Amino acid sequence: MEGGYMNSLKFNEEVCASCPSADCLLKCQYMEFEKDEAHDEMMKIFKGQDSRVLQDCVTCYACEEYCRRGNHPFYLIGERREEKGIYTAPRAITNQWINLTQMQGKQMVGVVKDQALSACFIPELGALGSGELFEDVSPAVTFGAEFMCPAVHTHFAKMSVVKERLPRVMENFKKLGVKEVICLHDECYGTYTSIAQAYGIEVPFKPVYYMDFLLDRLKELKDKIVPLNIKAAYQRPCSNRLIPEKHRLVQEIMDLIGVEVPERKYQGDNSLCCAEIIRSVAGYKLADDIQRRNINDMLEAGAEYCVFNCPACQSSLSEKVTKKGLKPVHIIDLCKTAIGEKGREG
Amino acid sequence: MKDIYHALVEIMGERGVSNRPEEIWFYGRDPGVLSPHPPDYVVAPETTEQVQKVVQLANREKIPVVPMGNGMALTGLVIPLKGGIVMDMKRMNKILEVNEMARYVVVEGGTSQGTLKAHLRDHYPNLRHSLPDAPPTTTIAANVALHGQGCLTQQYGFNSDMVTGLEVVMPTGEICKIGSPSLGPYWFSKGPSLPDLSGLFLGWLGTTGIFTKVGLKLFPNKKIREIEIFVTDKAELVPEIIYKLTHLEMLEDLNAWFQPKPLMFKDNYHLNIYFTGDSEKEIEFKRTMIWDALQKFIDNKDGGFMNVQAMKPNLMESPQRGIAAFADVPRGGGFEYSGPITLIELYPRFAAKVVELAEKYDVIYSSAARVISGGHSMMFSISFAFNRADPAMMERVKKALDEATEFALKMGGIPWKPNHFEQKMTMARMDPNTLKLLLMIKQNLDPHGIMNPGNWEVN
Repeated sequence: MEGGYMNSLKFNEEVCASCPSADCLLKCQYMEFEKDEAHDEMMKIFKGQDSRVLQDCVTCYACEEYCRRGNHPFYLIGERREEKGIYTAPRAITNQWINLTQMQGKQMVGVVKDQALSACFIPELGALGSGELFEDVSPAVTFGAEFMCPAVHTHFAKMSVVKERLPRVMENFKKLGVKEVICLHDECYGTYTSIAQAYGIEVPFKPVYYMDFLLDRLKELKDKIVPLNIKAAYQRPCSNRLIPEKHRLVQEIMDLIGVEVPERKYQGDNSLCCAEIIRSVAGYKLADDIQRRNINDMLEAGAEYCVFNCPACQSSLSEKVTKKGLKPVHIIDLCKTAIGEKGREG
Repeated sequence: MKDIYHALVEIMGERGVSNRPEEIWFYGRDPGVLSPHPPDYVVAPETTEQVQKVVQLANREKIPVVPMGNGMALTGLVIPLKGGIVMDMKRMNKILEVNEMARYVVVEGGTSQGTLKAHLRDHYPNLRHSLPDAPPTTTIAANVALHGQGCLTQQYGFNSDMVTGLEVVMPTGEICKIGSPSLGPYWFSKGPSLPDLSGLFLGWLGTTGIFTKVGLKLFPNKKIREIEIFVTDKAELVPEIIYKLTHLEMLEDLNAWFQPKPLMFKDNYHLNIYFTGDSEKEIEFKRTMIWDALQKFIDNKDGGFMNVQAMKPNLMESPQRGIAAFADVPRGGGFEYSGPITLIELYPRFAAKVVELAEKYDVIYSSAARVISGGHSMMFSISFAFNRADPAMMERVKKALDEATEFALKMGGIPWKPNHFEQKMTMARMDPNTLKLLLMIKQNLDPHGIMNPGNWEVN
């Protein structure tokens, strides 16, 4: 085990050394490796040696999913980058994110008892977490940097910011005395179940993934559901890679509300992210290429809608998918439409 | 003075003149930090003939006349420093002609920016003018009288460079046409190929005459407008970034700004890069060129493009309302800036001065520099917000702005729309022969010194 002090990454060299697949790097969509090379590069990273991975990783998070042995290769890459002073994105962009997400005492907390509904630090989530689907929990909303998962800083290899802020976020939730926090943002749920565990940070509540909550609510409201009978492509966010076991919920929800999700080239563990962070990290050419391939793939699959899980993806891609004739919609809004809370097109 | 009032009523009619206390109070001040001074009368003409008659009266009686648009210059240029008559031009707000093929418009001297913008939107969607980032009630004539800038200044220069002709009521009461309208019906040139007499009026802050008509260039209104924001943490790189961007010759507008609040903007310098196109293809081509131009800075991690989606609705507003929001950061809604015209290569030194002044005088700052004419110069704003109910804060802002002007002059810059103190500082540094020429022109055009006295005056 590396380290031994509080909030250090628990990364097991043996697990990595004995890995039969090296899938973490071998399956990477942005770097090419031979199998032995992939294995060797990962070991170099562990040992603190130079590796081209430290320069070329675009921070898509996917290696967290590809590693089936729970050894957190992406967090290790971030740690090593930070140790070596490697910036993934320009300094100004990195610092802008750090400043933007500073805790300034401007949090908003509703009537919180045992449960809280976390809107992270994303205003759109407050509006999404409303209506009949969330009627029992929407008054218990938490919003602001004080309740924001700091996972975004992993994109910028600022693991120190994650380690410094996450315990404070936990402390803020602890002060509320909540037993459960329903996370409307994948990144929050991923932080509380993956990053916190990887760094040995105690989570003083039970994190609940919003799609689990949504699925239960839809089942309770099943009499109200009128199938939407539409064909929709799903935009999987990067942070869903931290919680791959939850990916199946999308299909279950879509099935319940009558949405056909067509087979695509870029789906499941081959999904393409929204590429906005990649724009900062790896430049516009790659970002544009990813977005173009992704949207074309949606169109070729015959999708009419592009369904989002993450508001950040939605903000990045809405205009672009609309220009290509796809209708952008968040999965929660789609569920609201299915139960008649929001109007249908036509 | 009672006779003057009646004489004014005779020219203007009862509803066109006032000496009532509430109006005297209102017309004695502007939204900046300078002390008010009341006028004796306010007139609001509707015709050039009324303007002429009032000026003839004033010249005969040696009464000051201060022409006023919307009074938003912030530097006290319409405060009647020596009393007299404030001439509110806003009733002269007609759009007289749009020549679509020659791309110019002729407006009356009180026509607002918003009126022209709306008119073009409704009737000439292929045309636009260089809209300044000022409230839409500000007037076109006042803007060109003080060498204002707008959203097309990066491409085409100062808004006063876009003037295509003038009709001016001279301080002695003659009505004079400047440029091509002096020879015929068309308003396509303010000077060339004649001697350019517009220089006797543009930039003189209303001290050499009153604009009753202004011809103004219009420009193609492209279907799509886009923005990218490049961010760097090194002020010293800003000039080179601007140089590379202006080399492209394809930007609409280019502004460099920094401010400490909200926190996300702290310690960074932001370049708003506006570009336009008639098709997605054109936009994407330009976007690619912009990204490529700055790739070196991205590769060195010295700068990058930030995600603009969340800010885009505000950034695409024209004019932008963000300035009003900044004015209210300390509560109390006060805002004033010194905006010297200077070289872009001096950006880092000006930027450092802003922070130094803000710390020295304990005031909240922001700065926005607009690139002028493809990079030949920039307007560098040193802006401070203040609480109008806090005289001590206002005094500190005034001192900070005076020091900013001193600094700008020392650096070889030119104060933009300078208040009367700054004009004196400027004239004190001016080449003596230039100053002599300036005064000679002023004395010849305005022998009794009635036009906006206190401005561009030696004594």
